[in-house]
Amino acid sequence: MPVARVKDIAMTTATLTETALPKLSNDEISRYSRHLILPEVGMEGQQKLKAAKVLCVGTGGLGAPLALYLAAAGVGTLGLVDFDTVDASNLQRQIIHSTATVGKLKVDSAEIMLKGLNPTVNVVKHNTMLTSANALEIFKDYDVIADGTDNFQTRYLVNDACVLSGHKPNAYGSIFRFEGQASVFATEEGPCYRCLYPEPPPPGLVPSCAEGGVLGILPGLVGVIQATEVIKLILGIGDTLVGRLLLVDALSMQFRTLKLRKNPDCPACGTHPTITALIDYDQFCGIEKPTAVGPLEVASNKAVADAPIVDGIPQISVEALKRKLDAHEDFFLLDVREPHEVPIANLGAPLIPVGELEKRIAELAPQRGREIVIHCRSGARSQKAALILKNAGFPHVENLAGGILAWADRIDPTMPKY
Amino acid sequence: MNIHIPTPLRAYTGGEPTVSVPGATVGEALEQLTGAYPALRQHLYTGDGKLRSFVNIYLNDDDIRYLPAKDATPAKESDELTIIPSIAGGD
Repeated sequence: MPVARVKDIAMTTATLTETALPKLSNDEISRYSRHLILPEVGMEGQQKLKAAKVLCVGTGGLGAPLALYLAAAGVGTLGLVDFDTVDASNLQRQIIHSTATVGKLKVDSAEIMLKGLNPTVNVVKHNTMLTSANALEIFKDYDVIADGTDNFQTRYLVNDACVLSGHKPNAYGSIFRFEGQASVFATEEGPCYRCLYPEPPPPGLVPSCAEGGVLGILPGLVGVIQATEVIKLILGIGDTLVGRLLLVDALSMQFRTLKLRKNPDCPACGTHPTITALIDYDQFCGIEKPTAVGPLEVASNKAVADAPIVDGIPQISVEALKRKLDAHEDFFLLDVREPHEVPIANLGAPLIPVGELEKRIAELAPQRGREIVIHCRSGARSQKAALILKNAGFPHVENLAGGILAWADRIDPTMPKY
Repeated sequence: MNIHIPTPLRAYTGGEPTVSVPGATVGEALEQLTGAYPALRQHLYTGDGKLRSFVNIYLNDDDIRYLPAKDATPAKESDELTIIPSIAGGD
């Protein structure tokens, strides 16, 4: 199947005549000189960039380099969607933020650096989570959408909203540890995200960057690939990734391209689409809605005498654990993190990584009659481990709510948090 | 032929990024893979033996869903199979 040419893609800016494109000031001409002297860009191309309106969904790992390079290139209007605030752990990769902006809203923080780089860019901040209720309204003012989000629900939402908004191109990028993917979805002739992935994976199968880790440079690599595609779409040059999936493996430094086809039976963009409105994406992805106060929130925010129970596993607070340790109570503390986490911070507990627990369960046989308290970094893996032991018939298993992070927070402030 | 295992599934192949298996067709090669690494089966296949739709199998650079013979497509020793899962990280 021939790759859809960029020229075939209906772009608002492409339909404007040269006289309707915004003029460039002398300062802008100097600023963009290296673009202007490229035959593929020239005055007209730079004017198209100035006329363009691009929405960056997410100003994190992918959004950071993406927005910076689009601002550098002179995209006239940059919309930013993000509800989050800057955290120090973001600075390992989210280069649009800085130590000085830790604690600020990400959209405010991003604006500072974007305006510093290029004051002529119109930065539009959408300090909100993108939802089915607001996506179509937000998207309508933009020509191209760049998806830099970090969860499956929003990716399906962005895709569907792009298709339903008259096939606005979605410059897609995603990352996991050392690997990335990039493509352009939702154009009229090309495939959409659902053509490639009709269904999301079950929750918990693919960890997020916070749970699985990510090499800091990786979103830099993939985010700039997305920015490149956005610019090509606006200028109408080159061969975009419509109909192709670019796979990046940073460890082996290999790039591969796979063919993507538009699925005629696709529920979103096929010949007989069944998706005619945005749906409940949490439900689609099998994610439980966050509740205002759930048992784990209670346990990690307050010391609770009576441990609440989650999926049949009693949750124990770090205060209760400290009391048990100080009183030399008879119980077994088990660490289920990975070996490389132990030198960072530990409670001196024996280690069996959660992924090996089923294989190594015999090692815990001597502890079967004892109370076993399990901990990990934040309380999620240890809960999984507790369920494994419970299902293997261990009668008395508890999960340390909030994990070693809660311990560092409330019991031992000298312990590093990671 | 070589089967490229994506990062999220390497936990089930003992960390191996590439697994070499015999097989005259794509389907046979995948059988060999899940035979050697049974934990992989539930992540690739549903209970009734169909490939899960968030997993794509590519024979070289073609998605097998769009090949006429799908997983009965014959494969040579020099062909490469790649498993492409959904990933969503961006933060």
